[in-house]
Amino acid sequence: MEVQQRVEMKKVFITGDDAVAHAARQSRVDLVAAYPITPQTVIVERIADFAANGEFEGEFVAVESEHSAMSACIGGALTGARVFTATASQGLAFMHEMLYAASGLRLPMVMAVANRALNSPLNIHNDHSDIMGSRDSGWILLFAENAEEAYDRVIQGFRISEAVNLPVAVNLDGFTLTHSAEVVNMLSDEAVGAFVGRPPRRNTLLDKEPKSFGMMALPDTYQFFKEDQQRAIEGSRQAILAVEREYGELSNRKYGPIKAFRAEDADVVMIMLGSYAGTARAAVEATRSEGIRAGVVSLGWYRPFPADELLRAVEGASTLLVMDRSVSYGAIAHPLASDVMAALYRAGIRKRVVNVAYGLGGRWFTEDDARRLFRYASKPGPDFESFFYYGGESE
Amino acid sequence: MSSDAVRQQGEASSAQVRSLFEVERRERLAPGHRACAGCGPMIAVRQILQASQEDPVVVNATGCVEVVTSVYPETAWLVPWAHVAFENSAAVTSGVEAAMKALVRRGELDKERPVVVFAGDGGTFDIGIQALSGALERGHRMLYVCYDNEAYMNTGIQRSGATPYGAWTTTSPYGKIWPGKRERKKDIMGIVAAHGIPYAATASISHWKDLMTKVRKALSYDGPTFLHVYAPCNRGWRFDPSLTVEVAKRAVETRFFPLYEVEGGRYRITLPVTKPRPLEDFLSIQGRFRHLLLPQYREALETLKRMVDEQWERINRMAAATAGS
Repeated sequence: MEVQQRVEMKKVFITGDDAVAHAARQSRVDLVAAYPITPQTVIVERIADFAANGEFEGEFVAVESEHSAMSACIGGALTGARVFTATASQGLAFMHEMLYAASGLRLPMVMAVANRALNSPLNIHNDHSDIMGSRDSGWILLFAENAEEAYDRVIQGFRISEAVNLPVAVNLDGFTLTHSAEVVNMLSDEAVGAFVGRPPRRNTLLDKEPKSFGMMALPDTYQFFKEDQQRAIEGSRQAILAVEREYGELSNRKYGPIKAFRAEDADVVMIMLGSYAGTARAAVEATRSEGIRAGVVSLGWYRPFPADELLRAVEGASTLLVMDRSVSYGAIAHPLASDVMAALYRAGIRKRVVNVAYGLGGRWFTEDDARRLFRYASKPGPDFESFFYYGGESE
Repeated sequence: MSSDAVRQQGEASSAQVRSLFEVERRERLAPGHRACAGCGPMIAVRQILQASQEDPVVVNATGCVEVVTSVYPETAWLVPWAHVAFENSAAVTSGVEAAMKALVRRGELDKERPVVVFAGDGGTFDIGIQALSGALERGHRMLYVCYDNEAYMNTGIQRSGATPYGAWTTTSPYGKIWPGKRERKKDIMGIVAAHGIPYAATASISHWKDLMTKVRKALSYDGPTFLHVYAPCNRGWRFDPSLTVEVAKRAVETRFFPLYEVEGGRYRITLPVTKPRPLEDFLSIQGRFRHLLLPQYREALETLKRMVDEQWERINRMAAATAGS
């Protein structure tokens, strides 16, 4: 049933990068400090275009590196201004040290990550190796499945990060989302401006009473700060839900920690992050026609990890097919599977887990591949197994 | 940048500091910090903050100054202060400055505040030079102060790009083959000035009026400015804590550390040293050069003397070439 939308929306045919740039512009950002890197480049170019034409109210600073991009964002956020940046791959890795500074200083900001593989060998195509290297940096990590979701999550990101004083990374698959044009229902500038409001500017470098930021903490106090951060990101669940709910009323686009498709009666559930969830969903019907009850759960949040929601969605399944687009070298399971298994263990649940490393460096993944994996996982096997899947062949 | 830089306040005459009565009496750096007795960098920080005619925002690179002033839950800073990391204080400052512009435009901030960066020679000459170069090229309004104690003192006396030729450090020791540091000191002023910024100057804690005048001049420019301050470290250089200012003074008087400025591309020596003291007067009152006075290192001593002469001549040449330009 269609719910009456509260605001006018404009249907536009744009790429994910364009959508993200528009979201940043409409969110009344004060400072964008960024360095171009494929496949994020278009975001930076668009924002520069907006600035050149007087359509962007903030300052655009074209810094000399990603390290300086994140450093400048930290400086801007310290003044209480609203800041945004975007990066990918090597750029995110180059920022790595500063990601911890941003979260440790408890600074709100939003960064779009156009997910891409890491060196070596050089590869510019999509996987999740970049963000998985940063998953423990204390950032809230959101994943978009399409351009519209990337647009929405950037706008929501400002409200979330300013509510809990933590930085937010919005992940969108490189090329698959960043460079493919799709229909995006864009909200009006006024609606977004009203939704995001202005940042609260509490505890800033420009406060009347001078304050010190980024001090040194010795072993007697350091751990307390880390505990606070953990408490904050755990506590962010409520804030994210509230912002998503409010945004849903505005746009009629409902998000949440997970998106479950035909999972309620599924026997095998494929658990995924990012844009290939659509491919997997498209394979469900054909798989079911073979007598395999397949379902798909894709995660909209990765940190905080939505363990309870995920477990509820896969309650009836006997096998979880966990799809990782990154490798945790030498580990028992790759990142997403490690989290899923930890969630199962904590809940005292035992299920067969098939962990698949796939799609690395842009390696293709088709509906046929999804069907093949559903078929494999539906057969009896060990409680846990992990392998690399190459695919790309048609049946 | 240099030719069309706008002076917002302070003519040359009001920049000139002639007596202590012209200096801010209110402390901006509280006593009780944890620096060593006789710390040169802390003298530099105090002098610079007191020369400023308004409360600046301070961005501090990781280093001695940062760790001795900010051990949670205590702070020695009576002005807004931020530290992020070792190598990026210029980049952090770029963000602070750009964000202030946006906030002023939105009417959420009255006016931009001056930003002063304090970074050591490690954070400036070496690991921070990329961020510094980027910020200078982009023209952010800031006074970047490099307090130079000629080695990584926060980690315990390791060589930096600012360590002079022949100096002993724990990673440039002297021995049967090495004379101490085997490379010359990086010409940071040349690098900085090559960006065409409105103002760059050297200064020494021993010549406080000159230093404070330069701080005021630097802060009067709407653009990036740079101050290279000589700030001896008694722990690393091996001298008595009571001699910090004397050591700095002798560096100037022997022409080891010339005091000059580059304003609008024009070089000017602000303290002409017509009759320099022998370089040995500077080398002999500290431990890190003492080996150079031994016969077996005579060649290295001559090399160092040649470098000092060359540096002095180069600056004089630049001053002559740019005079009246």
